[in-house]
Amino acid sequence: MIGELWASLLESLARLGDTVRFLLRILAQVPRALGRLQLIVDQVFNAGALSLVIIMLSGLFVGMVLGLQGFQLLERFGSEEALGTAAAIGLVKELGPVVTALLFAGRAGTALASEIGLMRATDQLSAMEMMAVDPVRRVVVPRFLGGVIAMPLLAAIFSLIGIYGAQLVGVQFMHVDSGSFWSQMQSSVDLRDVNEGIVKSCVFGVACSLIAVYEGYHSAPTAEGVGAATTRTVVTSAVIVLFLDYLITAFFIK
Amino acid sequence: MRKSRALNLGTGLFVLLGFAALFFLTTQTTSHGLSFRSQPFYEVTAKFDNIGDLKVGAPVSMAGVEIGRVARIGFDSRDYKAVVSMHINSKFNQIPTDSDASIYTQGLLGGKFIGLSPGGSETFLKNHDQIDFTQSAFVLENLIGQFLANFSKNSGQSKSDAPAAGQPK
Amino acid sequence: MRYVAGGRAIFDGLSLDFPRGRVSAVMGPSGTGKTTLLRLITGQIAADSGSVRVDGTEVGALDRPGLYALRRRMGMLFQNGALLTDIDVFENVAFPLREHTRLPERLVRQLVLTKLQAVGLRGAAELMPAELSGGMARRVALARAIVMDPQILIYDEPFVGLDPISMGVILRLIRRLNDALGLTSIVVSHDVHEIGSVADVIYLLSGGKVVAHGGPQELRSNPSEIVRQFVGGLADGPVPFHYPAPDYFTELLARDGEASA
Repeated sequence: MIGELWASLLESLARLGDTVRFLLRILAQVPRALGRLQLIVDQVFNAGALSLVIIMLSGLFVGMVLGLQGFQLLERFGSEEALGTAAAIGLVKELGPVVTALLFAGRAGTALASEIGLMRATDQLSAMEMMAVDPVRRVVVPRFLGGVIAMPLLAAIFSLIGIYGAQLVGVQFMHVDSGSFWSQMQSSVDLRDVNEGIVKSCVFGVACSLIAVYEGYHSAPTAEGVGAATTRTVVTSAVIVLFLDYLITAFFIK
Repeated sequence: MRKSRALNLGTGLFVLLGFAALFFLTTQTTSHGLSFRSQPFYEVTAKFDNIGDLKVGAPVSMAGVEIGRVARIGFDSRDYKAVVSMHINSKFNQIPTDSDASIYTQGLLGGKFIGLSPGGSETFLKNHDQIDFTQSAFVLENLIGQFLANFSKNSGQSKSDAPAAGQPK
Repeated sequence: MRYVAGGRAIFDGLSLDFPRGRVSAVMGPSGTGKTTLLRLITGQIAADSGSVRVDGTEVGALDRPGLYALRRRMGMLFQNGALLTDIDVFENVAFPLREHTRLPERLVRQLVLTKLQAVGLRGAAELMPAELSGGMARRVALARAIVMDPQILIYDEPFVGLDPISMGVILRLIRRLNDALGLTSIVVSHDVHEIGSVADVIYLLSGGKVVAHGGPQELRSNPSEIVRQFVGGLADGPVPFHYPAPDYFTELLARDGEASA
């Protein structure tokens, strides 16, 4: 029992190390991959533009819920005007980056993992190897970079739509004064808060993209292998994102 | 070729949208907007006995109109006072030198801001001038101390709520 | 060209030669490590001992750039073609050119169309890989394998799952490309008759050893039992029908718990 636990612990540790080594291998190829901009643009499209609808819809609803809940809470203290602040800080610092990362893992991450896994299963990666083309450079790096670029942009769009969602509920439905909604937000939200959100979404972008390409690249070359890789992508991404979220939040609180 | 063109257009649109959102977040939700920064300003300082939780970036207003921002907060170790530097928009260049500066609170949960009340002098504040007449922040804790005998229960709650509201945990 | 491999548990003391300019075939029952052999030749895995030499170069000793330089002189046809699924036929064939050269678009087009013409699929240039039949996919992959004008062309099970017509087409292409381009071809397969019609030299592997080699005629007249089993397609012989197991009756009659004990 303890032996099994120990073994699985060692296994996880080895996976972590392997993932980090894969990241280094990716980073080493980034300069050469930058020479083929079109490949990266394609992947920004796949990871970003194709996730846009789900991100915008989710952002709208999360913002509306935040508007409703925040209003209910703040009304008790007679400070509904702080709704703008509450919604903006909640979205920019926490919900924007985290929910975007979770949605990204579910939408783009799984797509990446299964795409690369399928290329592995159908010998496409080996075929590239045989054509003296490094599949990490040709396949993995552009997809990784696409995700890394797309994530902060998606998170920003999510937060923006969310703030308007909160404004919709607060100002239109609950009749919070529109002027104080915005002015309180502007006077209380710090550039530091926005920076925290941006740092988070960049870190999550690296983490989620790395996990997705790692799982895809190392999936077993079978149909089950690809399925397992997508599942692991979502699970690992979710846990890692929430863990990193805590770390970065703690780091930003002095 | 046409397919890849549509794809590039879509990507471009996405990136543009993303950066627009980022720009919005950094300028419109915070008080550090680029729009304000780009305007010319002059700097005046004021010393306060106590500034409460006044923060860098808080508005400076006159008759309720925002005329500038708090740029820096320092501490004078000789007379144990807080030194607040304000950037006043150069449009408002006719503020009498004997004006006084007070620290107010925006609503119960709002942040602190500085309000200037004009004096009667014929000379106006210039860059690096100092405002001599100041009134410290209204510190809730001190007030509560005074009222504690009468309202021991109720006031204790609002005190602990006040600083927490700006930064939900 | 000499090629020697040995030392792995799958191969022990194995030694083969693939002569330049000829079509050599490697045959053997499933699971004898034919694909492993190809991976050794192409440097995807390294032999534990012994040496693998291609054109005098020791494959196992090459670093990554050296290996890639070697592979640019090799073309390989995978079992199912392994075409890149997200780009069309033309781009698939053009892929090595685009990765390794900076040729003007006009020249790329000429080269790609020439190679597609050679495999008879010039008309399919616009199709996506998913729209191709198995045989067509393999022909496209063949065009891709020869687009860089390799010296060695390796076929991994090129006949699996093909209808007789497609098989005939592939066979003809193997022979024609070999002779027209002066290639050295290595074909791994277990289709006895198809290989017999195209190969100059055949190696028959079993149990990690070469059990027979020679021209197609020599092999057919080989008296060894295993060769006869393989060539004749007999169910039982030196390669047993039964996977190793305890005695049949003992196991059937055993009570619960005893069998596994």
